Amino acid sequence: MADFSFAIEPVYIATIFFFIVGLQRMSNPLTARSGIVWAGAAMLIATLVTFFTPNLTNIGLIAIAIVIGGGFGYIPAKRVAMTNMPQMVALFNGMGGGAAAGIAAVALLGPTTPTSSLAVVGGLIGAVSFSGSLIAFLKLQGWMPSRPITFTGQQIVNMAVLVLAIVSGAFVILQPASLPLSVNASLPLFFILALGFGLLMTLPIGGADMPVVISMYNAFTGLAVALDGFSFVTPNYAMIIAGVIVGAAGALLTLKMAKAMNRSLTNVFFGAFGATEEQAAQVSGSVKAIEADDVAVLLAYADRVIIVPGYGMAVAQAQQKVQELTDLLERRGVRVKFAIHPVAGRMPGHMNVLLAEAGVAYDHLFDRDEVNPEFPSTDVVLVIGANDVVNPAAHRQGSPLFGMPILDVEQAKNVIVLKRGQGKGFAGIENDLFYRDNTRMLYGDAQETVGKLVQALKKL
Amino acid sequence: MTEITAFWIAIYIAMLAAFTGYVTISRVPAILHTPLMSGSNFIHGIVLVGAMVALGLANTPTEQVIGFIAVVLGAANVTGGYVVTERILQMFDRSGKKPRKGA
Repeated sequence: MADFSFAIEPVYIATIFFFIVGLQRMSNPLTARSGIVWAGAAMLIATLVTFFTPNLTNIGLIAIAIVIGGGFGYIPAKRVAMTNMPQMVALFNGMGGGAAAGIAAVALLGPTTPTSSLAVVGGLIGAVSFSGSLIAFLKLQGWMPSRPITFTGQQIVNMAVLVLAIVSGAFVILQPASLPLSVNASLPLFFILALGFGLLMTLPIGGADMPVVISMYNAFTGLAVALDGFSFVTPNYAMIIAGVIVGAAGALLTLKMAKAMNRSLTNVFFGAFGATEEQAAQVSGSVKAIEADDVAVLLAYADRVIIVPGYGMAVAQAQQKVQELTDLLERRGVRVKFAIHPVAGRMPGHMNVLLAEAGVAYDHLFDRDEVNPEFPSTDVVLVIGANDVVNPAAHRQGSPLFGMPILDVEQAKNVIVLKRGQGKGFAGIENDLFYRDNTRMLYGDAQETVGKLVQALKKL
Repeated sequence: MTEITAFWIAIYIAMLAAFTGYVTISRVPAILHTPLMSGSNFIHGIVLVGAMVALGLANTPTEQVIGFIAVVLGAANVTGGYVVTERILQMFDRSGKKPRKGA
């Protein structure tokens, strides 16, 4: 095989250039789609040129592993429904974290070098990201209860596991003669503890906080990749730069999301959302149901309608019907807006993506800050499968939701809540909104119910 | 260049990269948060090249096994991350299937 190793660094430089251009293009709706293509092309040439690394052996094994891994990534990513994308991001992020942990493990199996401590930190972060992301995946996929899983003394246990992981990581590098722990013993111990910490750290986090957690682990993986870049004889600058960019971008995105939920990161990771169960919430009044035909009349003769979509809409795949409903109403001269809470759904922007898929134009979608002043002058608010983000309990001191910025839908003249049953929201907290005088409940599967609304409107 | 110099150069580069990541994200509208999170998930798939080198330079069977697993996971990160991002961004494509009024 011809020696193309001279091309490795130039190609890596080009790769980084295209990664940055790709990210830049992905930050604008008009160019976003080409952004991923640029980044993808760069990744492809970077992978190909890596085969020319000097002294590379096991080339057959590498090729087989790429085919297996590639298929393992490609098939589910192609097949999964759009609504399940958040957990797919979590899953593939975990894979990246696992790969980073593996690279660190191989580096640490060799002789100790000045950069071994970076490999230990990279291995720790990568392993935490791996097991943590898998738990996030299982919770979102519903293969594991999404409620926070807590037990007494949990935080002490978590901290102890983390400290032990760090100590065993130090043993890997220092190999103290006074302790009968060889690398062969302390390295597996280190990784088991690190994986355990990622697992324990994610168990007490409830589904409502998952967007923040996925974003956090995304940043973690980036950081682990960057640290691994140091563990080669000559630093792998492509890994360092790409990893740090993702780490910084992911950290900023995580903070933005946490801010939108008015929760500090310590609170997300150590607060066990909902564990401080409110002392028998004093909710007065009763829940009043309504029929689809009545809602259709209400909508048809309204001036302003605001639709608040939530995860329930995504689960029921109702976005197409919602788009149909919007079209019908607009043809009748009703002004329809969509109010998008930053954390509606399971990921920031989740609702935007689903509505875009259904063909709702961007200029119909509004942020919380833009739309909140408009609720008092709105005739009908249609809450479709959203719960916690419209719970006025967030304004009441003592509620676990207290302080979370919400959509103030209760100020509208009429609030119609489309809901499958009488269960609580993801945070597991009773919703005061359902008991308000101006609220009516429209029970049923969101897709069916919106379909009924469309039929009823057509007849009017 | 000694190994230590290379190390410090890498630290300088890492610092500049951190600013690049920060600046790129700070101007992003909320609607692109999901695709961008997915896109950055794809970009850290560059871990694949590191895993390839780790497996390619592995000497012992243990290193080979771990390296092999790392390449499998890295490749899954790359392909899965790409397809997911591509599918999400497809929905933002307005020139395509359904052009909308007022868009």
